[in-house]
Amino acid sequence: MTQNKKTFSLKGMHCASCVTVIEGALNKVDGVSMATVNIATEKATVTYDPEKVTDQMLCSAVSGAGYKALISEELKSEDEEQKEKLKELHDLRFRVTISLVLGLLILWGGFPGLMNTAPSILQNFWVQLVLATPVQFWAGFGFYRATISALRHRTANMDTLVAIGTSVAYFYSAVVTIFPAIVESIGVEPMPYFDVSTIIIALILLGRYFEAKAKAGTSEAIKKLLGLQAKTARVIRGDKEVDIPMNEVVIGDIIRVRPGEKIPVDGVIVQGESSIDESMITGESMPTDKAPGDTVVGATMNKTGTFTFRATKIGGETMLAQIIKMVQEAQGSKAPIQRLADLVSSYFVPVVLMLAIFTFVIWYVFGPDPSLLYALLNMVAVLIIACPCAMGLATPTAIMVGTGKGAEHGILIKDAASLETAHKINTIIFDKTGTLTKGEPEVTDVIPFGSIGENELLKLAGSIEKGSEHSLAEAIVKDTEKKKLALLEVSQFKAIPGYGVEGMIDGKRIVFGNKRLMDKEAIQIDMAASKIEEMESAGKTVMMIGSEKKLIGIIAVADIIKDSAKDGLEALKKLGVEVVMITGDNKRTANAIGNRLGIARVLAEVLPDQKEAEVRKIQAEGKVVAMVGDGINDAPALAAADVGIAMGSGTDVAIEAADITLVNKDLRSVAAAVTLSKKTMRTIRLNLFWAFGYNIILIPVAMGALYPFFQILLNPIFASVAMATSSVSVVANSLLLKRKKII
Amino acid sequence: MTLDNIIVIIAGIVGIVFVYWFFLLKKEKIIEVSDIKGKDGFSHIDITVEGGYTPEAIAIPLGEKTVLDFTRTDPSSCLEEVVLGDFNVRRELPLHKKVSIEITPKTKGTFIYSCGMNMYHGKIIVE
Repeated sequence: MTQNKKTFSLKGMHCASCVTVIEGALNKVDGVSMATVNIATEKATVTYDPEKVTDQMLCSAVSGAGYKALISEELKSEDEEQKEKLKELHDLRFRVTISLVLGLLILWGGFPGLMNTAPSILQNFWVQLVLATPVQFWAGFGFYRATISALRHRTANMDTLVAIGTSVAYFYSAVVTIFPAIVESIGVEPMPYFDVSTIIIALILLGRYFEAKAKAGTSEAIKKLLGLQAKTARVIRGDKEVDIPMNEVVIGDIIRVRPGEKIPVDGVIVQGESSIDESMITGESMPTDKAPGDTVVGATMNKTGTFTFRATKIGGETMLAQIIKMVQEAQGSKAPIQRLADLVSSYFVPVVLMLAIFTFVIWYVFGPDPSLLYALLNMVAVLIIACPCAMGLATPTAIMVGTGKGAEHGILIKDAASLETAHKINTIIFDKTGTLTKGEPEVTDVIPFGSIGENELLKLAGSIEKGSEHSLAEAIVKDTEKKKLALLEVSQFKAIPGYGVEGMIDGKRIVFGNKRLMDKEAIQIDMAASKIEEMESAGKTVMMIGSEKKLIGIIAVADIIKDSAKDGLEALKKLGVEVVMITGDNKRTANAIGNRLGIARVLAEVLPDQKEAEVRKIQAEGKVVAMVGDGINDAPALAAADVGIAMGSGTDVAIEAADITLVNKDLRSVAAAVTLSKKTMRTIRLNLFWAFGYNIILIPVAMGALYPFFQILLNPIFASVAMATSSVSVVANSLLLKRKKII
Repeated sequence: MTLDNIIVIIAGIVGIVFVYWFFLLKKEKIIEVSDIKGKDGFSHIDITVEGGYTPEAIAIPLGEKTVLDFTRTDPSSCLEEVVLGDFNVRRELPLHKKVSIEITPKTKGTFIYSCGMNMYHGKIIVE
């Protein structure tokens, strides 16, 4: 009998007794073999026979007990939210259309120069009042509502400015229409400005409509990532293969994936081979060949073969979920460059209100006749032109697009501050093993001295290295396995970081490691000096094995340089970044690899715990340093660097310490991350320059600063055009980042 | 100078002083997180999002997970998102739906959070 497992949220729980009640109700359902309820998470987990039990039955059992089961609620609510948003956008478009049509009619009948061509009915002030009223109080209702609720908190925002500005124009015009004699008696021609109030509302709503549409584009990356998730998994349960929803997959499930199918969760291949396209996660375009024992990542695409794999990570633990979490966190973080905009925006609206009052007073007292009209119109222009939204949107929209674009290329940025610092990087330190090289070294030479044979030497080295976690040790052990050499028993094993290892084999003390270890042990290596020099000059790492204070052999291991290393380093040099290589290898080996890669500055013989100090030394030279590494021992250096970059399949510790994680192993991504940072910062600067410059220049113009010199005043209608386009242009500029090439 | 000019100048000065006092000299009421834990074992604070954040300033303890339960009742598009930049959180706030945001402050200080457009602000004081 197939058993399914389902977890769902519950509503209406108060105490521990609810647990018993709900569990009892669910267990009574025919076909349910087990039901457990967790009060802390307010969730129920039910194991049941899918042929007997439906979602509906579980729902009614829970509701029968007086609670509510939210089995498919989460999906539904997201859909509903989407629908609600669309409805809001539709509603906004309707308001824009109506207010634009009515506003344009009023403008036709009321604007000097145009009004002569308009039918006489549109020139009638009472008709204009009737047309303007729904725009003011129906289309512009949102401005009033937001103003009132903000005033209750003694705060003000852009809506406050629009509400006050348009109300001044509307009510002045209403007075002119209803009591023309009063206005005339104070020496002002009774001329209404309904065109100003309506067109301003129409244009600002239009700007808001475009802004809402554009803003949706800034968070597209998350939606795309969420869309990668597979919907079902083909799980082998007993001798049957069943398609089950993703949330029912449990760790340890054996899942079959056929050609052209998405891999549902993370896991390890158990049987079969295939080529897998991981570009959606890593940004690497070449498919990767996978065989039993290899890991597979959920949401990637199986290309050719059929295979089965064991699920190792599900739900929030999968790589895709982690990536989504990281991108979401980065998009919510604050860039240091935003601080000034934060400070300004907290005072902005009250200051604009004060400037508007000041403008009114100055124009009323010192302005030409009719001074009341000049004072009113200029005050309205000041209130309308001020745009705090552009400042608020300048940085976050660019950060959202930038981090999203990074994720598409396998570049995960921890937060906005890291992205901001990355554009200043002028030195990048690469850890050699696993970063510049593949980190899969192979034994190239085995040279015994004295009576010992080649295989015997390798056997000794393999035996003592078996307990070590070093990548070079792994190469030696692998070679012994390949040659089918039986390893020996080792006692008193000890790893000496930065030197090598030691232990007892057959009662003899064996030491195995670098020259420093031989020096420490006072073992003479003169007889092998020329051989060692020759191999190290070829970029090989030479390890020596000693016994009873004598050198008994040397073993050389070489790591393969990554294909992308040359291009990646070249791209960095083009960006003006100095490249440094750091390694525990001796100087000769390190320099040989450095030469091959065109790296001038090589820091060799650096012990793992000295890497951090080396980073600080370079920082002390006044450099902004990024460190690229992948191992546990790189974590302190990654944390010490201005920007820590964890590479590819790096350890969790390295990723935790890093500011940027590169999901792929392609070294060109390092330059791409720097380029992305530079381009994002350029966009932010341009946005801020525009947002600040706009307000700094146009507010004085609206106040009438140009009038004494050039008789130029800003019509409030043009002020609303400028204001509506300013925030849209900032969002549009951020969206342009999507089209920029970074790799 | 005519009488109406003098009246406008005086009214203008009063208006400017009033705006300054009303918006920039307001005192916030700080609400401290209560010791009563929710079903999940963490302290919760309800924050209503309407024309700003109520309570505007909250005090929470250092190093302890606290859940901020936001409920937006204001349809203004400005308030659609809440951004707790210092805690790397940006979340959409659907209308009339409780959105819980968990934070565990690691440093003492005052942290400002805002709406997506940085127009409305709230304060988190970590003590």
